[in-house]
Formats: sequence, structure tokens, C-alpha cells
Amino acid sequence: MTAPLLELRAVSMRFARPLDTAARIARALGANVGEAAVHALDGVSLAVAQGEVVGLVGESGCGKSTLARIAVGLHAPSAGERLWKGRPTASLRGDAALRARLAAQMIFQDPLASLNPRMRVAELVGEAPVVHGLVQRAGRRGYVAELLERVGLDASVARRYPHQLSGGQRARVGIARALAVRPELLVCDEAVAALDVSVQAQVLNLFAALRRDLGLAYLFISHDLGVVRYLADRVAVMYLGRIVESAPAEALFAAPRHPYTRALLAEMPRLEVRRKRFAAVRGEIPSPLAPPPGCHFHPRCPHAMPRCRMQRPELAEVAPGRFAACFLDVTAEPQ
Amino acid sequence: MTHDDTLLRRLAADFAASRLALAGLALLAAIAAAAILAPWLAPQNPYDLAELDLAASRLPPGARSADGTTFWLGTDGQGRDMLSAILYGLRISIGVGVAATLLALAIGAAVGLVAAWAGGRTESVVMRVVDLQLSFPAILIALVLLAVLGPGVGKIVFALVAAQWAYYARTVRGAALAERRKEYVDAAVVLALPRARILFGHLLPNVLPPLVVVATVQVANAIALEATLSFLGLGLPVTEPSLGLLIANGYAYLLSGKYWISFFPGVALATTIVAVNLVGDRLRDALNPRLAQ
Amino acid sequence: MTVATLRVENLRTHFFTRHGVVKAVDGVSFEVRAGRILGLVGESGSGKSVTGFSILGLVDPPGRIVDGRILLEGRDLRALDAEGLRALRGDRVAMVFQDPMMTLNPVLTIGTQLAETVRAHRRVSRAAARDEARAALARVGIASPDARLAAYPHQFSGGMRQRVAIAIALINRPALVIADEPTTALDVTIQGQILAEMQSLVRASGAALVWITHDLAVVAGLADEVAVMYAGRIVERGPVDAVLDRPLHPYTRGLVDSVPSRRARGEPLRQIPGMAPSPAALPAGCAFRSRCDRASAACLAEPGATLTRDGREVRCFHPLEAP
Repeated sequence: MTAPLLELRAVSMRFARPLDTAARIARALGANVGEAAVHALDGVSLAVAQGEVVGLVGESGCGKSTLARIAVGLHAPSAGERLWKGRPTASLRGDAALRARLAAQMIFQDPLASLNPRMRVAELVGEAPVVHGLVQRAGRRGYVAELLERVGLDASVARRYPHQLSGGQRARVGIARALAVRPELLVCDEAVAALDVSVQAQVLNLFAALRRDLGLAYLFISHDLGVVRYLADRVAVMYLGRIVESAPAEALFAAPRHPYTRALLAEMPRLEVRRKRFAAVRGEIPSPLAPPPGCHFHPRCPHAMPRCRMQRPELAEVAPGRFAACFLDVTAEPQ
Repeated sequence: MTHDDTLLRRLAADFAASRLALAGLALLAAIAAAAILAPWLAPQNPYDLAELDLAASRLPPGARSADGTTFWLGTDGQGRDMLSAILYGLRISIGVGVAATLLALAIGAAVGLVAAWAGGRTESVVMRVVDLQLSFPAILIALVLLAVLGPGVGKIVFALVAAQWAYYARTVRGAALAERRKEYVDAAVVLALPRARILFGHLLPNVLPPLVVVATVQVANAIALEATLSFLGLGLPVTEPSLGLLIANGYAYLLSGKYWISFFPGVALATTIVAVNLVGDRLRDALNPRLAQ
Repeated sequence: MTVATLRVENLRTHFFTRHGVVKAVDGVSFEVRAGRILGLVGESGSGKSVTGFSILGLVDPPGRIVDGRILLEGRDLRALDAEGLRALRGDRVAMVFQDPMMTLNPVLTIGTQLAETVRAHRRVSRAAARDEARAALARVGIASPDARLAAYPHQFSGGMRQRVAIAIALINRPALVIADEPTTALDVTIQGQILAEMQSLVRASGAALVWITHDLAVVAGLADEVAVMYAGRIVERGPVDAVLDRPLHPYTRGLVDSVPSRRARGEPLRQIPGMAPSPAALPAGCAFRSRCDRASAACLAEPGATLTRDGREVRCFHPLEAP
């Protein structure tokens, strides 16, 4: 079996909120003041195979953006390992390290903020490939034109600044910039969330076309289940820093196992559902600064048992290819 | 929405919306032109001692010399034509102010950028030095430095830079920290671009424009500071009088009714500073997104 | 037939900018009855939010309502002066914004803000206003409202703040509520809660609700009627089922087809080509014609509203079905 393109093994991310001066002085004087830590990610394992589209779903504070940043190597995890084609990226050096870095590129949420406002499109797209010697400086113009054409933009766009483009055009420029260094994996963090519906459809079609033509793999992160369902082969659901369920997309949407996934699917607005009686999931999403003990979802879960308050359910294979982190799945098949 | 409005053009339109600022700009342009063209405009070269006639010293405005030239603004104690002296003095004052500001800007920007990017201990150390420096009045630092170094154009520029760089370092660091959080910087990092390229090619151009505006206003401060130092006799050598030195020269005669020796250089200095401030303030308002409609 | 709670006739709101006149809203007409929910759908720049702001008289210069009538329970709001409008806002008409901090004052407690809203419009004692505030918080599903009255907005999460903003909007039992994308910034499960509460509150109080959004799926679940806006005009309006299941206007069709959840996985989404025209430079005639595969020479003229048998209104020379 070949190793997956990208593998994250039990990755955790802790952000410590550093103490302010007053607290530091207090501690120096012997007061019992600790650092407030956010466990943005808590032992997350995830793999993306060559050419595969993995969808990652979750609400605010679940750690999906942190995971995206670790997946492209912007952050190093505070615990756990990131592997590229089976090799830990922390151990890579020199050219191999550079190639591994370039092979995973990111598509950002805000198409405008992710483009340097003082650079023209030609420079935005053409800078990195020239710096890394993928094309000669003389060949930049043609290379950029080729990339712009691939993402459905006119070559004349190359002369423009980001603020002169429409939202859809900016999104395409962001994609062209990532493609310029010939990646194998695109990590899309809410990449279509800021776009209008009709433009969103155009960009989703572009993602599908790139997958088909270039064999790209995707880690597609979104709060929009509809979008994820459309693109992904496999879907992982996150809640407060942990993956609570992961399964092939069809199976997950047809029969969700984890109560949180079920709640998400039930609340997802759908075109086909009219004059719905919205019966909301109870409660707020807890602060990641102080997540509830045991299963993070238990305060909002209709099936919570005493055990859920004490013990953390591990992600376990509940059916071939299907994983869930819920005690219900261990004790009995939910109806 | 696509529009071909460049940032610069919008800025120009916003700027032009204020008549006062336009007047300031016109005035500033006139002053700058007069300073640059001083050798051609001035009736006399005030540095050329051979041209000076001690007999013509302290003549009132409008007086004529022996050889028939009119001293429109009078002469000073050495028989120098005040108009010529002011034009040459402007040249030095503006030159010193601009040079000092540009140098301070370059040094401060580099320090601030590196501090913001490096973070951690480097940043702490650099910023504490900046804080320390900013806790002393600029004039005190310049005074002490000049007292040690002695007068000279290069030395006063050095003193002004030393007194002002910290201000830019702090401003740039603040702006760079805010800018660093933007996604385009992350994008550059993911593209594995070299660090220096990200710092100076991506971050700096986005941090610089508001800073240039700050610098415009700071030029006025630098000119005023230089004038103060020269007035106190610490700035420039007597052979190259700036406006401050001219004012100081006439100071002794003020009470004896020979007002023009101090008065006209003073007017020139005040006008220059006001013109720079008018332009700088308007630029700052035009660049401030909160005030823009 | 009862009079509609809100009736908008031929509303035109234009912005007079340095770069010319932007016709943000250009001839919009619709009505909403008591206890009914109208979804006003459009993409960015379609004029949906400006329509909402116009109804409340909240359009700031360089914008101005240049034509049309806005009838609230039969009364023309455009005839009111600033004072009259202010008396109406927060009382008979209320607005919920995408950002609840548009409504909330960060330096006042929730309780003060709720009670002030009551006392600004009705003569009641401080204690009675406080009681109403407590009841209003409880109505929008905030637990232990007593304790929450003393809290400041920053002590609440985004979803809670939006609930408080809704409580303030509804506290004087307005006849009309205009909600501008109030759940767009919220998570799916929190959005579900807010939608549930809005729905039951509207039904219980008999208010008319205009829900402005870009999200067709939310409208499908929430609204009775839907109006689709494009480039400052309503291109199609009618009962939700009819409009979403059998769209008549090609733009509506395109929008419905663009929503990914409907289509089979992997199949390309049917997309609308091109992009929306700039509202500062609208083409003559039908603004959609450059993106429409049914466009003909007829579309160079402006299409009028056609009324259909099933009670719909469409502005198109070539609707997808014969009306």
C-alpha cells in the first residue's frame, strides 16, 4: 500500500495565552497563576490520499482553520506528526523540504485579503515560480497567461490590481497563484464562503475540473455541508478540536452516526425543505478555552449518558471505513 | 465591482477636496522651488565673503547698496542681503530636514519591520530600546549629541536621525504587526518565498504609504528642531547659516529696532512649517479610511 | 381583504456619487401581510439591503429615495418627517442587522437597553419596563434572563448577541420586522436556533417579517413568499414552492441550479455565466440579458411585470414556462 499524500498523526495544537505583566509579577511573588491554554486541536488524525477529496466540516471554534494551517505547514503542531508521502516533514531538509512545502498549497477564505493589494496579478501569480526556478524570468509572462487561462481568466487580467477585480476573479487569481508552484494538494479553508451563490458554483466547477485534469487532491474545509457533500469523497466532522466522525461522503450524509453530525445535518438549510419547523440543537457552542469534560458534545447531546460526562470517547471504526467517537456506537446501534 | 480608479487617483481627488490643502501645496511648491533655485534667484551669494560689504551692514529693507542693488529685506550684521541669506537658508533648512527624515524613516522602518517579524526576545529588546529613546525629548538627545560632536551639516543630520528614528521604528512595527496577520502574508509563506522577500517585497510596500504621510509632517518637525538647535548655536557653522542661525544673528538687534534681521527669516521658517503641515494633515486625512466617505 | 402590513410601490433609491448615479433600487414593489414571512433574495449588489434600509428611512447621503411609496398599515412612511420616522422605528417597525452590534451599545447593560427601548415608546414604570425586558429575553430562548439583564454585550457569544438584538427588535411587538442577513455570520446549529425562534415569534405575534438574505436554502425553509432581486429590481416574486420548484425567470433558475446540495455529486453545477453588472453602469433593458441564454432583441427593452395564474409576478420576455 502506498503512503497517503498527507497524513496528520495525533496532531494537537495548544495556544497559550501569555500572562500579562501583572500576572507574571503575581506568579513571581508566589501566586498560583497559570497560563490560559486553548486546545485548538486535540489528537486529530487525518489522511488525504493522492487525488482524493477530503471534506472537513465543523462550526466556529472547532479548530478547522488551525488544522488547515498545519496541513499546509504554516504552523507546526505542538504535538503529533505531519507526514508527506510517508515521511515526517519535520525531518526533511533542503530541496526535499522545499518540494514538500510547495506541493501543499492553500486557498484562503477571503480572496481580497489573501492577495497583496500592491501587486499586479502577473506578479502575484508569477513571483513564486520564478523565485523557485520553475520557470525562467523570460518565460513568466507566458506561464502566467497559461495559468490564468486554466482558471478561466482572460490574460488581460494580468495587468490588474486585486481591487480592480470582482470577487469571483479574485478567487480565481488565488487559485492560479497556488497552481503556479505545481502542487499536488490544495487545502481550501472556507474557500467559497465569501462568494455569491452563482460565483460559488463557478468556482466549485473549477475545483472539480482541476481535480479531473491535474489529479489534484483536496482538503476541503467548510461549514457548508452542501458544498462539502458536492465535492468530497470522504468527510470528517470536527467539534471543539476533535474529529467526532469520519466516513465516506455518501454514507455519512445518508446515515450519520454521531449525534452532532445528525444535528448538523438536521439544521442544514436545504432547498427542498419548505416551511420547516426548525427544532434547534440545544445550547451554545462551548468556549474552546474551557471545553466540557468527557465528550465535548455531551451538554448539547440528546442521548448523553453519565459516562459521556466523565470519559472521552475515542474515534473507533464502527463499520468498514466509518469512524465515530461516541459511546452510543459502542454500546448499541442507534435506531 | 471593477473600476480603474487607482489608489493614487482617489487620494489625489480626496486631497484636492480641501482648498486649504491645495493652497498649502502651492505654497510648499513655491518655497521648494525658491530653495532649489536659490543660486540663480538670489541677488548675492551670502557665503562668498568677497561679495559682502561690511559698510552695508544692518541696512533696513528697501535700502540700496553702493553699487546700486536694492536690499529688499535689508541686510544683516555682516552686510549680507537678507533675501539672499533667507533663500540659501531655506535650502539648508529644507535639505537638512528632508535628508534627516528620509534617513530616520529608512532606519526606523528596517528596525521596526525586523522586530515585528522576528518577535520574541529580539522584538522585546529592540522595542525597549525604542521606548527608552522615546522617553527622552528629541531635542535633548540632539542637544547632547551636538554638544559632543560639534557643528556641521552632516553632524546635525546625524543628530536629527538619532532623535527621530525610534518614532518610525515604533510606527512601522505597529503597522507591520497588523499587516502580518493578513492572509496575503500567509500566502507568501506557503509559497515558500524567502524571508527577506516577504519582509521588504510584500510587507514593506503595504506599511510604507501611511508612514510617508507621517514623514511629511515630521519634515516640518525636523526643520523646526534644526532651527532651534541652530538658534542655540549648536547646529550649523556660521559660514552656512540656516534659518535658525539667521534668526539668532538678528536676535541681538531686535530691541534696537532692527527687526528685519530676525523677522524675515522667522516668517520664512513659519511659512515653510505651516505649508508642510497643511499638506501633511490633508494627506493623512485622505489616507484615513475612517474619515473617507 | 385586509390591508397589507407593508406595501412597497415602485421604490427607487439612488446613490448620487462622484462617479455617477447608482440605481441601487430601481422600481421595487411587493407586499407582506401580518404573520407572513417574505424572503428577499439576491446576490451582493442586487439592492436587497438598500431596499430594507429604505423602508426604515435609514438611507444615508449620497443615497436618496427618489420615487415610490412605502405603506405601513396604510400609512405612507415617505410622508413622515424624521421625528415621525424615529417614533415609528423600534415601535411599529424594527430591524435586525447581520451584525448585532449595530443595535447594541457596548457600554450599556442588556437590561438597560431593553428597558430603554420600551420606555422610549411607551409610558411605563421602570419596574414594568424591566419586567418586559426579562420576558423578552426569555422569549428568545436566553436562559436565566434575570442574571443576563445585568450583563454587557461583550459578555455574550455572537449567537446570544443576535438573540438579544432580536429581543430588542421584538419587545414593542412591532407590526413589521426587517431582518438583514441576521444569521449569515452564525454557525449552522446556532442559525437553526435563531430561525426557530424568529419563526415562532412571528407566528405568535402576527408580525410581518421581511427576511433579506443571499441564502436560498434558508428562505426555502423559512419563508412563505420569496422575491428574487437582480440589479435593483425584483425579477420574480411569488409563493416559495412555485418560485423554487418551477422558476420562471432564467436568473432564478440559475440561482436554484447553483446551490450545490441539490445536484448529484461530481456532476458539474449549472452555473450562470459572467458576472453581475456594476450597479453604477447598468445596461439598458433587462439587466440580466448579457448572462442569459434566452435573451433576444426584445430584451433591449425593459421587461414589465407579468402576473401569472398561480399568483406570481415575473419580469421577463422569455419566461421558462408560459405564464
